[in-house]
Order: sequence, then C-alpha cells, then structure tokens
Amino acid sequence: MGLVTMSRDFEWPEFLFLLGALRWTVVLSLIAFVGGGLGGLVLAIARTSSHAILRWLAATYIGVMQGTPVLMQLFLAYYGLAVLTGIRIDPWPAVTLAFTMYAAAFLGEIWRGAIQAIPRQQWEAAAAIPLAPTAQLRHVILPQAFRIAIPPTVGFLVQLIKGTSIASIIGFVELTRAG
Amino acid sequence: MKYVFQFGIVWDHLPQLLAGAWLTIRLSLGAFALGFVIAMLLAFLRTAGPRPFRAGIGAYVEFIRNTPFLVQLFIIYFSLPAIGIRFEATTAALLGMSLNFSGYATEIVRSGIEAVPRSQIEAGYSLGFTRLQIFRHIIVFPALRTVYPALASQFVLLMLGSSIVAAISAEELTAITNTLQSTTFRAFEFYFVATGLYLLMAVGARLLLHAIYWAVFERARPGEWGWSR
Repeated sequence: MGLVTMSRDFEWPEFLFLLGALRWTVVLSLIAFVGGGLGGLVLAIARTSSHAILRWLAATYIGVMQGTPVLMQLFLAYYGLAVLTGIRIDPWPAVTLAFTMYAAAFLGEIWRGAIQAIPRQQWEAAAAIPLAPTAQLRHVILPQAFRIAIPPTVGFLVQLIKGTSIASIIGFVELTRAG
Repeated sequence: MKYVFQFGIVWDHLPQLLAGAWLTIRLSLGAFALGFVIAMLLAFLRTAGPRPFRAGIGAYVEFIRNTPFLVQLFIIYFSLPAIGIRFEATTAALLGMSLNFSGYATEIVRSGIEAVPRSQIEAGYSLGFTRLQIFRHIIVFPALRTVYPALASQFVLLMLGSSIVAAISAEELTAITNTLQSTTFRAFEFYFVATGLYLLMAVGARLLLHAIYWAVFERARPGEWGWSR
C-alpha cells in the first residue's frame, strides 16, 4: 500500500507469529482462572462463614485487590518476589502469581453473591435433614449457587483474558507484546 | 531475606507521586465526563434511533468491551499516526479512557433505560411527547437511578485502569512511579506506596460517589419524579 513506508509488511509469517503468541495469552488466562477459581472458592466460603475473623480477612483481601490496579499488583509481585528471593527472576512466575491472586479476589466476590442469593430456607432445610455444615454447603448450596454464578463468571473470564495484555508491560511476551 | 526496606526515599519524592496522582484523578474525571456524554447519546440512539444506528452502536459497544484497553490505547497512539492522526500522550490517554468508558457506560445506561416500565413510555406518547421529550422527561432520571451503582463501580474501574496509560508515556501516577523507581532502584517501595495511593483514591471515590447518590437521588424532592421517600 505504501501507507507506512517505514515498517515491514504484515503478511503470513507475521500473522503466524501473533497466532503463536496467542498461546501464552491462553495459558496465562487458564492458569489464572483455575488457580483463581480455587482461591475464589475459599474466599467465597470465608466471606459467607459464621466466623467474623474469616469474613473480615476475606473482605479485606477482596477490598484491597479490587481497589488497586492490576498493573500495580503485577509490579508488586514482580519486585516483591525479587526482594524475597534476592535474585532477579523472570516475569513468568510473578505474572501468574499476580493474575491468580487478582482472579481469586474477583471470583470470590462474584461467588459470595451467588451463595448469598440462595434462600435461607435451603440452609435450614439441609440442616433439618440433618446434614453437617460442610455437607449442607457441598450438596445443597453450592450446586444451586453454581448455576447462578455462571453468567458473571463468564463475564469475568472475558475481563481476565483481556487483562493478560497488561503482562506485556512488565516484559512478558504474550499476544499484545508480540504485536 | 537480606533486603533492607527504605521508605525514606519514597517520602522525599512524595510531591512528584502526588502530582502523578493528581493527573490520574483529572484524567479519570475528564474521561468520565466525556465518556458519559458519549454514552448518553449512544444509549439514546441505541434504544430510540434509526435501525442502522442501533446496529452500528451495538458493534461499537461489543468492540470496546471485548478488546483489551491496552490494545485500544496502542491503536490510538501508535496506529492512528499511520493515517495521519497524531495525539500527544496525555490527549491519547484521555481519548482512550473516554472511548473505553463510553462503551461500558452505553451498555449500562441502555440496561437502565430498558428497565423503565413500558407503560410510562406509552403514557408519554399519549401525551404527545416526541421521542426526545420522552427520553428527557420520563426515562433519564429513573434510568440513571437504577444503574447508578453499576456506573459508580465502572468509574472506579476506569480510575484503576488508568494506570495502563503509563504504557503510552502519559505522566500519571504509574508512569511517575516507573520513572522514580528506575532512577532510585527502590522499585518495591515505590510500587508499594503507589498502590496505597491508588487504594486511597478508590476508597475515596467510592465514598464520594455514595454521597453523590444520596444527594441526587435519596434526598429527592418528594413526588417530583414520582417516587416517595
């Protein structure tokens, strides 16, 4: 076209290169989603538990993670790990750690909402059968909360996949960086 | 762990950090104002405009909501100059943030508009109102009241997301922090304090937005907008 004379043309090799970098976006998103899902489940249960200290701890964690930029969390994880281990590490563990902790906070808050959306009577009915508290959660509450949680969880997954583009800023080569 | 934390040096550079935070606040407020105006216009056209408009706006909203903010910024700052449109970094940041916010806000406001009971709109038609009058006098206020919490949290996300504009060298809090940590080699301390500043701004914004909600909607003149206290 001659529109941008300084840069090279965008052809098949370039496209394939981007496609290859897409792999890291997918891997990073997957790890963060699975790890964040586990953490989020713990947070959601802690947020809805009867122990005030557990509730407070989980609420504080979520408040801090939702009140600070992901980019800052990335930097803190990167330099924090460097401070702890005393050596300069590559970005990969820092990026996965930060995104996992970030996803855990958001998923925890989403799933707390889902758990609290289950009517109180379901807990009471499960207690009346009688099921132990953990069994009430596992067999009665969580299966119902799961259905409610699907749409917002998918919404967050989209945010997470887009959010991984930020990893490029601290030198992790995924789709945006490669482009 | 043999690392010795030195927060004193951060204290010495606090004025610079605060200047960065001030730009963050100005960018966020500017993008909110601009994005909100765009969103109101788009939401009106999306729900009451001609059919091609609706499809076009739908596509715009989907594009904004399904591509990373960083990529949108790169398109504005690095790709547009290729067709002769150049922006200064701060202008590009403001533009990117405004457009990004407008995409999300359009969808939020649209959902509020659709939550206004159909019968109220029909009542407006039967009074001989035009579409614009119905929008202005019947829909806007209740719709905004319904979606206020969603808009408020979107504003906080906008402010936190503004850290990303450091990538195109707009000199807000994150960019200042980047510069300072690279000249002082005290990365952890600087990012720690900057994160704290963001947290303060986010908590402050939430409190302020809550107060605004109370002042605008809760304290509403009884009967004026058809709801009781």
